[in-house]
Amino acid sequence: MTDLEDLYREIILDHYRSPRNRGELESPPAHRVEGFNPLCGDEVVVTVLVDDGHVTDIKFAGNGCSISQSSASLMSSAVKGKSLVEVRELIRTFKSMMSIHEATLGPDGDGDGEGSDEEDGRGDGDGRGPVDVRKIGELAALQGVVKFPVRIKCATLSWNALAQGLDEVQSGN
Amino acid sequence: MTTLAPLDVETVRKDFPLLARTVHGRPLVYLDSASSSLQPRQVLAAMEHYYETSHANVHRGVYTTAEEATALYEGARESVGRFVGAADPERELVFVKNATEALNLVAHSWGGANLRPGDAVLLTQMEHHANLVPWLILAEGTGLELRYLAVDGDGRLDLSDLDRKLDGVKIVGVSAMSNVLGTIPPLREIADAAHAAGALVVADGAQAVPHFPVDVQALGVDFLAFSAHKMLGPTGIGALWARAELLDSMPPFLGGGGMILDVRLDRFVPAGPPHRFEAGTPPIAEAVGFAAAVDYMKSLGMTRVRAHEAQLTEYAVNALSERLGDDCTLFGPPAGDDRGGVLSLGFRDVHAHDLAQVLDQYGVCVRPGHHCAKPLMRVLGVTATARASIGPYNDEQDVDTLIEGLVEAGRLFA
Repeated sequence: MTDLEDLYREIILDHYRSPRNRGELESPPAHRVEGFNPLCGDEVVVTVLVDDGHVTDIKFAGNGCSISQSSASLMSSAVKGKSLVEVRELIRTFKSMMSIHEATLGPDGDGDGEGSDEEDGRGDGDGRGPVDVRKIGELAALQGVVKFPVRIKCATLSWNALAQGLDEVQSGN
Repeated sequence: MTTLAPLDVETVRKDFPLLARTVHGRPLVYLDSASSSLQPRQVLAAMEHYYETSHANVHRGVYTTAEEATALYEGARESVGRFVGAADPERELVFVKNATEALNLVAHSWGGANLRPGDAVLLTQMEHHANLVPWLILAEGTGLELRYLAVDGDGRLDLSDLDRKLDGVKIVGVSAMSNVLGTIPPLREIADAAHAAGALVVADGAQAVPHFPVDVQALGVDFLAFSAHKMLGPTGIGALWARAELLDSMPPFLGGGGMILDVRLDRFVPAGPPHRFEAGTPPIAEAVGFAAAVDYMKSLGMTRVRAHEAQLTEYAVNALSERLGDDCTLFGPPAGDDRGGVLSLGFRDVHAHDLAQVLDQYGVCVRPGHHCAKPLMRVLGVTATARASIGPYNDEQDVDTLIEGLVEAGRLFA
């Protein structure tokens, strides 16, 4: 059962049972985005309030499995109050944690020449592992999802909706 | 009436190599036959034997192996057609990719040629997307009206207003067994009413043909679509049976080699059916496997298969209710003559994805999700169910393991 316990960590079950920031903000002024997972029919609604370059409030609604719901809850807690630059960075980090390719590379894996669009060039050979979990706090609990590839879409559902929402806000749509 | 000896499941199981596999240290418990069945070694052997001894393209070469391949392919058409009661498979049985393609063929070819603005098509709320989307595509911007028979609280079709709904209908599309609820609608009754109203009937037999005796003459339908991979055969091949005079009148669906009599640069003359609807090199090895699957099912006996699966369905329905009580919600009609072995269930408020994930740790394969029947899920008021579905190789132990896994899921998500 170790794989399963890795997937359903206590933090995930906690956010599933007691979701944070659940509901919908009034829109407008908040921006509203819907996300669909055509595989399972899960739907998520993310409403996000952006003010002065910061995510000042965020809520999520809809229904789905423990992974999609806890991921949305963890996301909302993680991005609330952060600057758009920080939120973008967090989305990028989270999505790379959810990438099978990167997750299968150990810190000492030969990643040379791969992931060409991710070439930060920082700390060669050091911290070039999947994700620096110190930067993402509780979100690291979702790392186990990557071992269950079908479930990755559940975990990224709300994140994709948020990314789309921020794109729309920043392009003035 | 002679008593039928029950299906010897122990022996049947030995024919399915995949059942020898373990997953997470547990024997595989395959409860996803509604999605795709397993294949007996007889089917695998027939396909391998074909590739090793006779493979060639069909209907083209004059050399010995090409003749053999053609004979095997056309022989498969005969076997598969006879299996569903076709009177003249040589003219009435079209090989296609799967049941989905068969239904698209009917909508596109027959529908395109015969349906006019103001005409109506009658479908049901429990159809698989395969018997919905082709009609939605056809209706887009053409003024075609789509109507639906409702599903009642027990998961049966509401036929009380059938005659009224048939007014102006040219074709009725109905599943011969629901892939979500297991409901087996009274097809003969629907077909008789449809014909009296001047409409044809296309039956989606993807779930029916693998699980009980299906005879197109007895059912009275005009088209029947089904897939090999749900009836112990390979993926990549399915069949459309249609009355000969209907196929004769229908324009081609896909164009290419093998479906023509003559081609010039400004026109073509299509071949007669069924070849008119089989453009390009067909799935020959798959047809051989399809015929082997039909032979295997005949050796089991479809009446015996149905009896076994009905008995196991009843065992499962009772066991789920006795051991899990109100924690388990089971959709569809109660076990009985009009219900097949498809068990769509909910367990407390645990999401179907999570149930299926925990069940996988027990080696149990079930399908979570909307089962390509999103309109039906809306009627049921859920976004997803976990679906356990039964095949001839399942036994009571499989059901017991399913329940064991559900109990663990309940503990984990309590």
